[in-house]
Amino acid sequence: MTPFAYERPEDAAGAVTSMLAAPGGAYLAGGTNLVDHLRLGITHPERLVDVSRLPLDRVATQPDGGLRIGAMVRNSDLAAHPRVRRDYPVLAQALLAGATGQIRNAATTGGNLLQRTRCSYFQDASTPCNKRDPGSGCSAIEGYHRMHAILGASGHCIATHPSDMAVALAALDADVLVLGEAGERVVPLADLYRLPGDQPERDTTLAPGDLITDVVLPALPLARVSAYRKVRERASYAFALVSVAAALRVVDGRVDEVRLALGGVAHRPWRATRAEDALRGGPATEQAFLDAAEAELTQADPLTDLAWKVPMTRNTIVATLRDLAAREGR
Amino acid sequence: MEAEITLRVDGRERTVTVDTRTSLLDALRERLGVTSPKKGCDHGQCGACTVLLEGRRTLSCLSLAVAQGGSEVVTAAGLVDGDTLHPVQQAFVDHDGLQCGYCTPGQVCSAVGMLQEAADGAPSHVTEDLEAGIDGGAELTDDEIRERMSGNLCRCGAYPNIVAAIREVAAR
Repeated sequence: MTPFAYERPEDAAGAVTSMLAAPGGAYLAGGTNLVDHLRLGITHPERLVDVSRLPLDRVATQPDGGLRIGAMVRNSDLAAHPRVRRDYPVLAQALLAGATGQIRNAATTGGNLLQRTRCSYFQDASTPCNKRDPGSGCSAIEGYHRMHAILGASGHCIATHPSDMAVALAALDADVLVLGEAGERVVPLADLYRLPGDQPERDTTLAPGDLITDVVLPALPLARVSAYRKVRERASYAFALVSVAAALRVVDGRVDEVRLALGGVAHRPWRATRAEDALRGGPATEQAFLDAAEAELTQADPLTDLAWKVPMTRNTIVATLRDLAAREGR
Repeated sequence: MEAEITLRVDGRERTVTVDTRTSLLDALRERLGVTSPKKGCDHGQCGACTVLLEGRRTLSCLSLAVAQGGSEVVTAAGLVDGDTLHPVQQAFVDHDGLQCGYCTPGQVCSAVGMLQEAADGAPSHVTEDLEAGIDGGAELTDDEIRERMSGNLCRCGAYPNIVAAIREVAAR
């Protein structure tokens, strides 16, 4: 592990100033991903700027009834929050589907958003990886890629974003508050993440020094009937092969409103807008759910060894919507 | 680069100078001689290093010691009261919740933390009704215990007896 200096600024503005003062810095929050990366030797910061004790650890109700979630709110606390459990169950379920009790106690809202892919080649410094070492090549395309993308991948990178929480936030139209060199700005979650293209080393659109301070959820009555469904290779503590975050409102047998986002299938949480458009106003039937899933997945371009993930995604979308529709029918 | 930190470990104030790269686990074991938390995978996958940090179960291998200055750490060794084992420790003995014992300090700390989380009403991935525990404790079925303890691996496979030990304490 390369030596690094350690700083603990007093407030968020001080953290940004400190980060911008010199290159080679990295923010440290819960550390559950970063400390592992230091040990694996895949990142080599010269300075850690510890933001874990900044006073960004509160969940507050917004004037519109939405929620403002501090970036240092722990994943376990957010999942257990009464408002999240009542009004945004898809978010509580997504958080609880990720990691373990110990890790959720340390992992933060901001850190969860900025965790890196679990692609085994990205995490192995001895193998080529365009995300870790730009221009070195992608080992996953010809190698093991069971956990990889079927949507929006490029010839440079087929990694997936590992967060469950971010998939729920994508479905909920969350905003991210960012403090940077020019002050505070609002970044819609949909604009936070990017596809790999020819710059897979960049997961997000954030600039150097940018610090996520809060996540804001809009008031969304629709989200009271919402769910997160995760398919994985063991029952607990595994990343998603495929996951679906959905909220659904059915009126008189027709889809009045729907939100749908996919995890485990792309370089970012994948908002399934084509499926949403296909569903809105139509019948809330199994066939309609299937047709909508197919409409989304016409964009899928899986490698040969990933072809199975397309029907798995389709079926997981249908199963999630079917369960929500059944609850709406009660 | 080095930094001096003070930790409260198992009720004792300890001051130590650590390299900034030192994990909380290595600081405890190698610098302070507190060998109750174990190093299994050193990647946050096995749970053998679980301690109670500020009262909550945490993986000491994924935590930097320098970031924990001023914190309270309780290890499995610190759970005893004189010669009396903590109820969770006693239940592990009574139910043979171990074979080789290497994962046990982590299992015990994780169980103690988990029981408090459940008492506080925190839900889990297998909780059917997310709103059920909001005003009180969460019920701990065997499925709940297994899910909530999934961050602690046991290569001896003592899981059925670990579940039995935790079930007994949870029922009190």
